[in-house]
Amino acid sequence: MKVAIVTFPGSNCDYDLYKAVQQVGADATFVWHRERGLEGYDAVLLPGGFSYGDYLRAGAIARMSPVMEDVIDFAAKGGPVVGICNGFQILCEAGLLPGALVRNASLLFAGKDVMLRVERVDTLFTSNYQQNQVLRVPIAHGEGNYEADESALDRLEGEGHVVFRYVNGAGEPTDAANPNGSRRNIAGIINENGNVLGMMPHPERAMEDLLGSTDGIGIFTSLATSLSAVAS
Amino acid sequence: MITGDGTASAIHVAPRQGDPDITPELVAEHGLSEDEYERIKGLMGRAPTFTELGVFSAMWSEHCGYKNSKRLLRLLPTKAPWVIQGPGENAGVIDVGDGYALAFKIESHNHPSAVEPYQGAATGVGGILRDIFTMGARPVAVLDSLRFGDLDSSRVRYLFGGVVRGVGDYGNCVGVPNIGGEVVFDRGYEGNPIVNAMCLGLMKREDLITASASGVGNPVMAVGARTGRDGIHGATFASEELNEDSDESSRPRVQVGDPFTEKLLLEASLELIASGAITGIQDMGAAGITSSAAEMAGRAGNGIEIDMAHVPVREEQMTPYEILLSESQERMLVVAENGREDEVVRILEKWELEAKVIGSVTDDGRFRVLENGVTVADIPALPLTDGCPTYERDGVEDERVQALRDTDLRNYWLPRGNLTRPFLKVLGSPNVASKQWVYHQYDTTVRTATSVRPGGDAGVIRIRGTDRAVAATTDCNGRFVYLQPRTGAMIAVAEAARNLVCVGALPVAITNNLNFGNPLKPHIYYQLRESVLGMKAACEAFETPVTGGNVSLFNETDGRAIYPTPVVGMVGVIDDTSKIVQQAFTTEGDDIVLLGENTNELGGSEYLYVTARLVAGTPPAVDLEKERALQQAMMAMTNGRHLRSARDCSDGGLACTLAECALGDGETPLGIDVRLDDDMPPVPNLFSESQGRIVVSCSPEETPAVLRIAEAYGVPAAKIGAVRGAESPFRIAMSEGRIEAGLDTMADAYFGALARIMDTPSTSGA
Repeated sequence: MKVAIVTFPGSNCDYDLYKAVQQVGADATFVWHRERGLEGYDAVLLPGGFSYGDYLRAGAIARMSPVMEDVIDFAAKGGPVVGICNGFQILCEAGLLPGALVRNASLLFAGKDVMLRVERVDTLFTSNYQQNQVLRVPIAHGEGNYEADESALDRLEGEGHVVFRYVNGAGEPTDAANPNGSRRNIAGIINENGNVLGMMPHPERAMEDLLGSTDGIGIFTSLATSLSAVAS
Repeated sequence: MITGDGTASAIHVAPRQGDPDITPELVAEHGLSEDEYERIKGLMGRAPTFTELGVFSAMWSEHCGYKNSKRLLRLLPTKAPWVIQGPGENAGVIDVGDGYALAFKIESHNHPSAVEPYQGAATGVGGILRDIFTMGARPVAVLDSLRFGDLDSSRVRYLFGGVVRGVGDYGNCVGVPNIGGEVVFDRGYEGNPIVNAMCLGLMKREDLITASASGVGNPVMAVGARTGRDGIHGATFASEELNEDSDESSRPRVQVGDPFTEKLLLEASLELIASGAITGIQDMGAAGITSSAAEMAGRAGNGIEIDMAHVPVREEQMTPYEILLSESQERMLVVAENGREDEVVRILEKWELEAKVIGSVTDDGRFRVLENGVTVADIPALPLTDGCPTYERDGVEDERVQALRDTDLRNYWLPRGNLTRPFLKVLGSPNVASKQWVYHQYDTTVRTATSVRPGGDAGVIRIRGTDRAVAATTDCNGRFVYLQPRTGAMIAVAEAARNLVCVGALPVAITNNLNFGNPLKPHIYYQLRESVLGMKAACEAFETPVTGGNVSLFNETDGRAIYPTPVVGMVGVIDDTSKIVQQAFTTEGDDIVLLGENTNELGGSEYLYVTARLVAGTPPAVDLEKERALQQAMMAMTNGRHLRSARDCSDGGLACTLAECALGDGETPLGIDVRLDDDMPPVPNLFSESQGRIVVSCSPEETPAVLRIAEAYGVPAAKIGAVRGAESPFRIAMSEGRIEAGLDTMADAYFGALARIMDTPSTSGA
């Protein structure tokens, strides 16, 4: 699996993502935001960070970067695209995913571990998890409050596009378990075609026991499994 | 003592049109004494120009020139076989094994934070990050050591909230995890908060670069953000007392941070260093271009000539004086290899930043400033950086402190029986309570290396590609230092070392931040001198030399000084990450063992402050040899993998330490049953903050080994109880008293305290 990690000025989880991709045995390459062309890659990842300092609005400037045209093309052709944290914000700004990520309800940055429930295991990104499995994964964001209107939310739910939800240790999506005020405790979604995933939590930070959790590995192995299945 | 030339023949510099005349008042406004001004005239062979006066004002401020502290700082030990770079550079550097070096330093931003908490704290983090990456090291962790007045003041809540957001936003954006620090609240810091930020950076040993202007003829370049009018005279500002007018009138002297530019500058700087196109690089920090240029020239024994007309500015009509003294953030001074300027520019352009040649390295030992080719300042470089007069003053202890120390505390021992209520009060006091409200605003896990996160005794960062890790902590109990400076400073070092061994790290070196009041006052100078002597003794005893740091004096508001606060930032090395020790009890049925002795020493304790608003008594005694033995015993226990958890006993005493061990991070609290048979009343038994104690837990099979190792090192040790299940209460029994509390009640007191105070509507304004 050849993976492109698109970096913007201010990306700061690019290296972590690079290591995570390597850990599951795939090739990772950094693609600077001014470079063009994503042909030859099997998947495109947008890392976390503060592209352009999150000035104006998280992801609002990054989505105008030259490389984003190629990301949109890549996604349109069915290529798998994953945006994590700032990457998710950029995907929403670019229109590849519905909704928006607004200031956390507390108005404070939130940096801690959260529990996520896997809502769908029939996606490119989650096939190696169990349905309703509860994962421990860190978050670190100030604008992760997922917002969409009721009908859009109903559509997401109805069509099964909610992939991860914030839950408590018992797997229940309570208010107390919701770290940022996201509507319906939504932590991650996919697009209608099922090839674009956006999520606020950082699976690339949950790859080793030494660092507190290995629950993020499944995303990367699922992606690798899905791609090898396509290839064979 | 003045060294260097420059006195022989005066070099004439014509006054610049529009500059004010030099009057005694103007000299005084620049923070220079009459004697200092005379010395400047002697060095120059003439009166300085206005621009030159500004340069001296900054370089001879306490902040840059250390004039009141240098002679004391020379007393501190600075050498060890593992020290690669001691004091005098942007940061100290030590060898941490497997070919890696660790750059680390702490720095204060107290005055700016008192005036504009968010920007003051943010730029404090920015400055310390630059000090690290200009050594060639990638910043891998930040710690913040913060002190404020009592939280019942809305002004204090505003300062606290703003500082935490500032620390968080800056580090989060750059992508450097925060791994710990401390937050202290005491009326002794009302009006003059302490904001110290520490940074750790890792590099391969061979990537080390220093900040010196070598190679005559090499171009000098300004790199990064443009220069504006912000922060002019910040260094001088940092070296004077605050007063009630400081708030409004001093705002223009506070810098404004841009962490996004910092992130780009970080990447560009590391790329520049790797390219070999540069020979030296230094942050334009305090005193901006002036200090970076003069210090780089001074270190190399060379001169430097820079033309202000070539400095990229963001405002028009800036005078040389303003450009020289601006403290605009996210700027670097770089000395490039002759002929490789374009390479420097290309690297900076990739990161969407500017680099411009503004001058060159010369061989005449002069710090020369031009404006469109016309000389506006011409000063011998070495006396400018090293010739700052240094003072040794008379220090006398304040009699009131002596009286406080002699306070009879016996009345406070009286409460007996069920002490659960005072226990919960101390556990929920802002000083003891969990700081989750703070560190949940920080990114603690970015860079995927944080092996121990904030909330325990020390933070740990693993070194990828090796089995190793580095640990760091910051410590200082200002009350102890206030009551008895020498003892208090020793305790700061001893506690830092205990914190490190509790995560399994061997303490190796410290950086210090000496936060004090006005040293011209004899009782303040006494505190400063005694603290340095205490720090010296402890650092020598523990073989933890001082590799650099920062001095922040004049921390006074309306004549009231802060508690003397010599913050110790200590680093340690873990040779195998699998030996990292947990900070909280992990397993029901484990034994709880106390290393060290309980002593009746309630002086300066949080218990007295919480129950009686009292800061009095003699601080706990500290025995450096016993501390050293305790550290060695702990290393033997962690190397032998005998322990399940370890936690230093400090604020709030043994009772609160046991509570922290029981509660952990709140996810899986465990009950305990502890019996204390010490021969003393229950209050001092529970709440004394006696030194040299660590609470460990281990499986019962390991207890004999733990006790045997303790005995071998001469460390008193006793099994005091056992870890119980999650349904059991927290129980401490004594002959004349007891604590029995439900874990939920304790968790609410401990984890809820800060949020209850801060998540109220009144936190956003002063």
